[in-house]
Amino acid sequence: MTFRIGPRTSQIIAYTFLLACTIIVIAILLFIIGFIFKNGFGKLSWNFLTENTKAMGKEGGIFPSIIGTLLVTFVAIIIAAPLGIGSALYLTEYTKGGWIRRIISFGADCLAGVPSIIFGLFGFIFFVITLKLGWSILSGGLTLAVMILPTIIRTSEEAIKAVPRAYREISYSLGVGKIDTIIRIVLPTAFPGIATGIILGIGRAVSETAAVIFTAGSSLNIPTSLLSSTRTLAVHFYILAREGISMPNAYGTATVLIIIILLINFIAYRLMHRFIARYY
Amino acid sequence: MKEKVSEKFLLIISFSAIVSLLLITIFIFAQGFPLIFKAGLKNFFSTHWAPTKGHFGIVSMIIGSLFVTLGALIVGVPLGLACAVFLAEFSPPTIQKVLKPIIELLAGIPSVVYGFIGIVILVPLVRNLFGGSGFSVLTSALVLGIMILPTIVSISYDSLVAVPQTYREGSYALGATKWQTVLMVLFPSARSGIIAAIILGMGRAIGETMAVIMIAGNALKIPHSILDPVRTITSTIALELGYSSGDHRLALFACGSILFIIIIILNIIAIRIGNRE
Amino acid sequence: MANPKIKITNLNLYYEDVHALKDINLEIYPNEILGIIGPANSGKSSLLRAINRLAELDGAVIQGKIELDGTDTRELPVNELRRRVGLIFAAPVVLPGSIYKNITYGPRMHNRYTKKELDELVYFSLTSAGLWDEVKDRLFDSASSLSGGQQQRLCIARTIALKPEVIMMDEPCSGLDPISTAKIEKTMLELKERFTFILVTNNTKQAARVSTRTAFFLNGELIEVAPTETLFTSPKDKRTNDYIVGRFG
Repeated sequence: MTFRIGPRTSQIIAYTFLLACTIIVIAILLFIIGFIFKNGFGKLSWNFLTENTKAMGKEGGIFPSIIGTLLVTFVAIIIAAPLGIGSALYLTEYTKGGWIRRIISFGADCLAGVPSIIFGLFGFIFFVITLKLGWSILSGGLTLAVMILPTIIRTSEEAIKAVPRAYREISYSLGVGKIDTIIRIVLPTAFPGIATGIILGIGRAVSETAAVIFTAGSSLNIPTSLLSSTRTLAVHFYILAREGISMPNAYGTATVLIIIILLINFIAYRLMHRFIARYY
Repeated sequence: MKEKVSEKFLLIISFSAIVSLLLITIFIFAQGFPLIFKAGLKNFFSTHWAPTKGHFGIVSMIIGSLFVTLGALIVGVPLGLACAVFLAEFSPPTIQKVLKPIIELLAGIPSVVYGFIGIVILVPLVRNLFGGSGFSVLTSALVLGIMILPTIVSISYDSLVAVPQTYREGSYALGATKWQTVLMVLFPSARSGIIAAIILGMGRAIGETMAVIMIAGNALKIPHSILDPVRTITSTIALELGYSSGDHRLALFACGSILFIIIIILNIIAIRIGNRE
Repeated sequence: MANPKIKITNLNLYYEDVHALKDINLEIYPNEILGIIGPANSGKSSLLRAINRLAELDGAVIQGKIELDGTDTRELPVNELRRRVGLIFAAPVVLPGSIYKNITYGPRMHNRYTKKELDELVYFSLTSAGLWDEVKDRLFDSASSLSGGQQQRLCIARTIALKPEVIMMDEPCSGLDPISTAKIEKTMLELKERFTFILVTNNTKQAARVSTRTAFFLNGELIEVAPTETLFTSPKDKRTNDYIVGRFG
């Protein structure tokens, strides 16, 4: 006697399996966040956030790392945002098909796939050694800028493409030239989408470790200039965890990191939806 | 004229991505390739890695990376595809809108946090359940598999959603169930996108560094079982770059060059397949 | 007859392989309302877009000559041409921002104005378009809060603010209710003394109501052009008659 599973039964089995997988994935995420929070929330305090790091991280707070992270991210954005938005503008407004477009897109797509350790190697040999910037915020920021460039190009391109064609035609019909139309109409309209890309770029920069540890170093001093070495939050967490210096502090640092990431994702998500609601 | 100047200006800016890519290629290759030739291919492609003593064999690390990546794919692809299919075909739009960003959140978690959770939870678990030290191929596969989930889910989901509704309707009209439609119609149509997703996930797994360092054990031997510790190319670079000098350092760049070539090839394949749609 | 405001000589327009306009020869005189009628895809919109050189941006290839006041339009700076020859699109699209901003956007890109001059310009344009009374208390509200008919009149006001010489309208009343349509037609007739109008319409009755002369286009060719009453009562070409009577559309 042959036993065949009918299509409806197959579907029920499949559905259950798929649902289970999805639940597993969501559960894993919630577990990770929950676990870190449960162990690290207690460590969060005003002191933790504003005190200097002492005893190689065993005591004290994470203030230098917070400053370091802010500065490195700031440098990265200041460089990557104009380059990324400019590239996206050229791609959407000035090319139709053709080899220039393909080269630019290819460059951006490939750059997006390069792993962070390669950026670390590159940043090390190029910024730290060859350009003699040493282990510094500048080296770290520049390296991160190259890393997040593709993200900004991609999201900006989508945002600029979404601006209705009619807006541009109306502007031209009013006798306004192309670059003025871009500055006055296209960019302001695409702004929420572009901002989303920048915020996602910030998120990547904050999470990054391998690229930063070999370019910005791991100094625990409060940075005094762009050429100071610094230890970002992610790097600090890595060192604390790997060297086993202080579990409570490690959890605390991780909690701060995750809170920042959650905030960034939330803001980006809201921005993106406001943008989509307006133009789709 | 203002127009011509601004156009040229934007053109120059838009080359920043490709110029960066070229700089990366040039500088890393310039450091790494001379060493490969100096050491000789026989040395470089052996299993003996003792760079301070002139042995630059990367084969055990390449095999390590391969095992770990394979393991990650075995864990991540079925789970990720299942999620993508569930989201795209079996859940109402409201649920999709909630779940998709949550899954994308997984992508935002720093790799060091994944590694940390690996050390604190998975390593003891594997040790207690299966023996060994806990730092193993298995642990790495589990953690990396989870890390590549967002990539696989996102891209597969986009490919499934892009299949025209008419295909589904045609299938339903013939009396097929949703699941049959997925198997017979949607998977074949979305095949390119799904393959691209897998390849990109593979790229991410091969390139992952920080998490792997924390949980893989970093022993230089070729693993004989999934419970053995393993070392990947990426771990070697990250672990040794800080204190390396001279030829040792150049050897690390050579590792980076090989890794870079593998990743670029994977990327080109993924882009090609993705563009075939 | 007075010198033509716009003179079109042997105009041919190609989009990819499509020959959209074939050997057009047409003169448009100052202060007239030239109606252009014809079925869909007869090249009416392409003609307008060729005149203000918007068609070039779509990749169209244009042969022949278009002159504005005797000067070849290809020799005029394109921004200046588009200021002098305004275009109102079929679907009213307002730019993001307030009513005030929509009107002042164009002029401010061509000239510097004081706040007082801008206020006067806004008053002048909205009054000419017949919209002032309805929006005078909410100039700084978002332009998208206006109704369809009001938005279209805003588009007219926006164009008038540039003090053009010719105003081209591409099916401006499609999708508008009869009351809004009547208001716009009334505006056109009132403004005829100050501007020259080219009105593309798929509503033959509208052309009959409003235009001084009417031209009939079919498949990219200009079939005939004549004073409106003549064209409608005794057209020379059989095809014109068939279209007007409604044998095809």
